[in-house]
Amino acid sequence: MIGFQYARAGDVTDAVRLMAGDPRAKFVAGGTNLIDLMKMDVERPSMVIDINRLPLKEVEEVPGGGLRIGALVRNTDLAYNALVEERYPVLASALLAGATQQLRNMASTGGNLLQRTRCHYFYDTATPCNKREPGSGCSAIGGQNRMHAILGASDACIAVHPSDMCVAMAMLEAMVRVTGASGERAIPFAEFHRLPGETPERDTNLSAGEIITAVELPPRGFATNYTYLKIRDRLSYAFALVSVAAGLELEGGTIKEGHFALGGIAHKPWRDPQAEAALRGQPANAKTFALAADIFLRDAEGYEHNAFKIDLARRCIMRALSQAAAGTPQSQSSKKIV
Amino acid sequence: MTKKPSEKSSGASKDPTRRRKVASGAGVPSAVAAKARPTTSDMVSVSLVVNNVHHSLALDPRTTLLDLLREHLDLTGTKKGCDQGQCGACTVLVDGRRINSCLTFAAMYDGAQITTIEGLARNGALHPLQQAFIDHDAFQCGYCTPGQICSAVGLLAEGRAKTADEIRELMSGNICRCGAYTNIVAAIQQAMGQS
Repeated sequence: MIGFQYARAGDVTDAVRLMAGDPRAKFVAGGTNLIDLMKMDVERPSMVIDINRLPLKEVEEVPGGGLRIGALVRNTDLAYNALVEERYPVLASALLAGATQQLRNMASTGGNLLQRTRCHYFYDTATPCNKREPGSGCSAIGGQNRMHAILGASDACIAVHPSDMCVAMAMLEAMVRVTGASGERAIPFAEFHRLPGETPERDTNLSAGEIITAVELPPRGFATNYTYLKIRDRLSYAFALVSVAAGLELEGGTIKEGHFALGGIAHKPWRDPQAEAALRGQPANAKTFALAADIFLRDAEGYEHNAFKIDLARRCIMRALSQAAAGTPQSQSSKKIV
Repeated sequence: MTKKPSEKSSGASKDPTRRRKVASGAGVPSAVAAKARPTTSDMVSVSLVVNNVHHSLALDPRTTLLDLLREHLDLTGTKKGCDQGQCGACTVLVDGRRINSCLTFAAMYDGAQITTIEGLARNGALHPLQQAFIDHDAFQCGYCTPGQICSAVGLLAEGRAKTADEIRELMSGNICRCGAYTNIVAAIQQAMGQS
């Protein structure tokens, strides 16, 4: 690991000012991803700004029925928060599907949004990678690409975003609150993460020097009919091959509103308004779910080792929507899929 | 770098992350950094309490909490396995919560209370989980055991695991390459019954 300056910020203003003074600085909260990448020489910040003293550790109700989650709320605390368990159980479930309890105890909400891909080539500094070193090429396209994208990829990068938490937040239509030198703004979750395009080195639409201060959830939490279904190579502690966060609002057997987002298949949590439109007003049955899945995957493309994900994603969407409709969410401890 | 006479000489002494012990002794940490002002420096001052002993050190900021424990405080019970947060051998308790000490900078724990495997026994009596691991032969080579036990102490404090499935899921951050998992679950169940 290269040497760096270490600074402690006392509040958001301090943090933004320190970052403005050094464009090669990085914020550290939990550190579970940043420090790992620093050990691998993938991240080489000149300064690490410790933001753990910032007052961003509360989960608060907001007027109108939503919830504001401070950027420093740890993943465990968020998963076990009584309001989240009661009103946004899909988020609690997604959090508990990710990583391990030790990592969840460290990892922050803001840091989880800023996780970088787990593509092996991104980590391996001996290989070309456009995300790590723009213009060097993509080793995954012609290499080992079992974990990689089936939607939204580009000729420059086929990496996927690794977060579980973000998949649930995308489904819930969260807002990301950020602060920079020019003030505060809110970014809709769907616009927070980027597709790789020609600039895969940029994971998000955060501007230089901005810090995430909170994530806000809208009132609708799909607390009755939801699931987070995650398919992976091990039963626990593995990144998703495919994951689905699904939520339905039902009237009798008819779908009034349905949201679903997928993880493990694209450079960002993937939602598709057209696929969700195919649920609205339709009976909650296998035929409806299959049609929605087909629409969702209409542009899916596989590579040498990951083509299986297209059919897997189709089955996961159908299974997740069935689980949500039946009110039988996937357990994150018993791994039996029903 | 000047070395104090009490420090061990080792081939690794050129590594700036090692052995820059400034002072340590029994006591309670003073209110640390009451004034939250940004500070920038090459070496970082850190005061923390490890197993009820207060330490104040100046550290290279690259020093992980794991390296602080093993290389600066000679608490080698906490193991370095993968050094990437994947194996759990480095698990310690910070303010009662289990974390991977390899994936965090020691400087981030200024003012914290750390408990390692060396700090679990009380007045010569093993912690119930230590005794349970012996009773159930919950290890073979033993390298993962300090991490397993600290992780299980955290698990019991969380109070979330009731069933064997839940224990397995919430212990999934601790790898045992010898494969003693069956006995580890039994040991944790025994300790849960006592708590």
